[in-house]
Amino acid sequence: MTLEILGITVLWLFLFGYVILASIDFGAGFFNAYGMLTGKEHILSSVIERYLNPVWEVTNVFLVFFFVGIIGFFPKTAYYYGTSLLVPVSIGLVLLSIRGSYYAFTTYGGLKQKIFTYLYGLTGLFIPASLSIVLTISEGGFVRMENTRPVLDYWALFTSPLTWSIVVLSLAAVLYISAVFLTWYADRANDQLAFDLLRKYALFWSVPLLIAAAGIIVELRKHNPEHFNHLVSLWWMFGLSLLLFVGTGYLIWTRRSYKFAFWLLFWQFFLAFFGYGISHYPYLLYPYLSIYASFTNQSMAISLVIVFILGLGILIPSLYLLLKLFLFNEKYIQGKKNNHA
Amino acid sequence: MGNEESVFFSRVLTEMTLSFHIIYATIGVGIPLMILIAQWVGIKKQDDHYILLARRWTRGYAITVAVGVVTGTIIGLQLSLLWPEFMTLGGQIIALPLFMETFAFFIEAIFLGIYLYTWDRFKNQKRHLLLLIPVALGASFSAVFITIVNAFMNSPRGFDFVGGQIRNVNPVLAMFTLSMPTKVAHVLGTAYMTAAFLLASIAAFRLLKRSNHIYHKKALFFTMKIGLTFSIATALLGDFSGKYLAHYQPEKLAAAEWHFETGGGAPLLMYGTIQDGKVKNAIKIPFALSILAHDLPGATVTGLDEFPQDEIPPLYIHYMFDLMVTIGMLMVVLSLLYVMGIRRKWKFVLSKWFKWFIVLGGPLSLLAIEFGWWLDEVGRQPWILRGFMRTTDAATTSGQVNMMLILFAGLYLVLAIGSVTVLSRMFRNYTIEQELTDRNLEREGAAYDS
Repeated sequence: MTLEILGITVLWLFLFGYVILASIDFGAGFFNAYGMLTGKEHILSSVIERYLNPVWEVTNVFLVFFFVGIIGFFPKTAYYYGTSLLVPVSIGLVLLSIRGSYYAFTTYGGLKQKIFTYLYGLTGLFIPASLSIVLTISEGGFVRMENTRPVLDYWALFTSPLTWSIVVLSLAAVLYISAVFLTWYADRANDQLAFDLLRKYALFWSVPLLIAAAGIIVELRKHNPEHFNHLVSLWWMFGLSLLLFVGTGYLIWTRRSYKFAFWLLFWQFFLAFFGYGISHYPYLLYPYLSIYASFTNQSMAISLVIVFILGLGILIPSLYLLLKLFLFNEKYIQGKKNNHA
Repeated sequence: MGNEESVFFSRVLTEMTLSFHIIYATIGVGIPLMILIAQWVGIKKQDDHYILLARRWTRGYAITVAVGVVTGTIIGLQLSLLWPEFMTLGGQIIALPLFMETFAFFIEAIFLGIYLYTWDRFKNQKRHLLLLIPVALGASFSAVFITIVNAFMNSPRGFDFVGGQIRNVNPVLAMFTLSMPTKVAHVLGTAYMTAAFLLASIAAFRLLKRSNHIYHKKALFFTMKIGLTFSIATALLGDFSGKYLAHYQPEKLAAAEWHFETGGGAPLLMYGTIQDGKVKNAIKIPFALSILAHDLPGATVTGLDEFPQDEIPPLYIHYMFDLMVTIGMLMVVLSLLYVMGIRRKWKFVLSKWFKWFIVLGGPLSLLAIEFGWWLDEVGRQPWILRGFMRTTDAATTSGQVNMMLILFAGLYLVLAIGSVTVLSRMFRNYTIEQELTDRNLEREGAAYDS
């Protein structure tokens, strides 16, 4: 494995971590707001709060890790993406900031107005939409070069069906991942009411997810045939992913093991996410930027890898401790421990 | 929007984001250490007041951390969005500390989450205290690594520049640059000092407003003592920074001191104004600049005449320098008077007017942080990478920076109002008297249960 491939694999892995954790978080916020709208707020809020409290900050760091890492390993991405993405990323950042700070304001500061719950729920949908635009742009055709400077063509971007398929997929995935995870979580919390509601959401959101995923494959065929062909050659990864998806649905429908259902979902997305990533190879921004042309110098690459390995040495035990104390602690989940800040 | 306007708005937006971020970042670096010390003292002295101090600070800290995290994420991405050319170059040479910073941030975030939700989980308070060590270390190391990046921009090295191309990059050498030791030390020192004085302001304010509880008196003495230590350390480190500038970055010192002509026995100018290149109303201390720069009254200090016109930083940084140093000195005196006054039972330190000075001290220290950063950053102009890349060549060519400026200005306004409202409500609504009563009830209840 070359350092380029190692670099992008590591970054893709952390982005995947962010996608899963952030999906749970964004979806939870949305379900909470939706619950308030339909007068079922009390059912969901305690389960959601118990999950979110100790991890919301960590979720954010996965994103930071990704964008700092990509500049480190592939400095030229700063030039191409930095110049062209000013507006969509800035909007994403503003939403992310409102979300993050109001979470803290309401949780620790007792700012309990309804409007914030709605705002919080809505930003959770707009953020994946604004961030997933980066994926659309990476397919090429939306950035053109003017005097060697990259410029984003907004009109082409917003009128492309590919853009909207990716946006729909990101929204459906967020709500589906979140609902499946929280179903498992509510089941362990012995919270029957929350569990029933979340199980319904999980089953509901699996449908648009499937449709959107299929739609993207069709769109890509027209938009970027080279990428489409790569995608087809990795058919087994997507096929396996689909099987796992069916497995999750079956387990939840028949009320069997929710833990197992979530892990099937985890690997389903893992396969799809990495299948997509691998088929994108070797481009970071089609056709201007490949991972080879943009890779950093040898000595920086080696020092980044060393720091990464050392960093993981501290990170993995710390994350394990966090999970053990909260996510995998039955007493905590069931609210039997007084853990007030 | 032309290129020049893009540069201008990029500068304004970066300055706005950083100026806002450093308020929360400074608090974020300093407070965990204060919490750590307070909880440790509480355990050691078996004094519940200090434990409660740590707990109440932690609650407020959770709010400031949230704003610090989101604005930190913003500046992290804005660097690439607004200065893509610089980050392309910087990514080749200085990505290592940036990457290390995210690990420090990770550790801080994980352990803060654990610390916040395990207050009543461990029987042994010491185990809970241990969780705070990685929080404080993570916070301080974030500051160390990010300051290393800034130090590189001031004194770049660790690479060869051949015909516009970067060659022979040495990432480790690029981290340990000449300005790094003084900068890192000064940033940490001022963060601890500012955090201590901010907490002292709160305690003094509570004492002025009705509550005359022993808890606030302990808090005040405790924070003023820590503040005194760090303000003295900061002053010393500031002197080292001045000497570094005189040796390696003389144009910044010369612009900050309005030292126009190279010469020995250079006087130090304090305050004053400048008009058409003529200094007015300044207090002149003979030989002081030479002493400050090289420890000798006769030493030669490089003046602005040694530099081409287009490499001289703006002269208004002199005001920043004066304000920063004045506030720093004021805080040393104020905390020294208070700590000695309490020990020797001087009456005036208990008076209302003196407490009002202490209340002012916290915000003033924060202002000094801002002045210091403006001095540092503007003093590096016209360079973004001193000697290698001009700021005007590094900015984005995007035409929408002005709109983004308005967008972010609105966001910071909302975050500022939100955080201040929440913080003040939090502590007004749940006073120390109330919390102590609640805790006693809880404890009696627990005793009754068992």
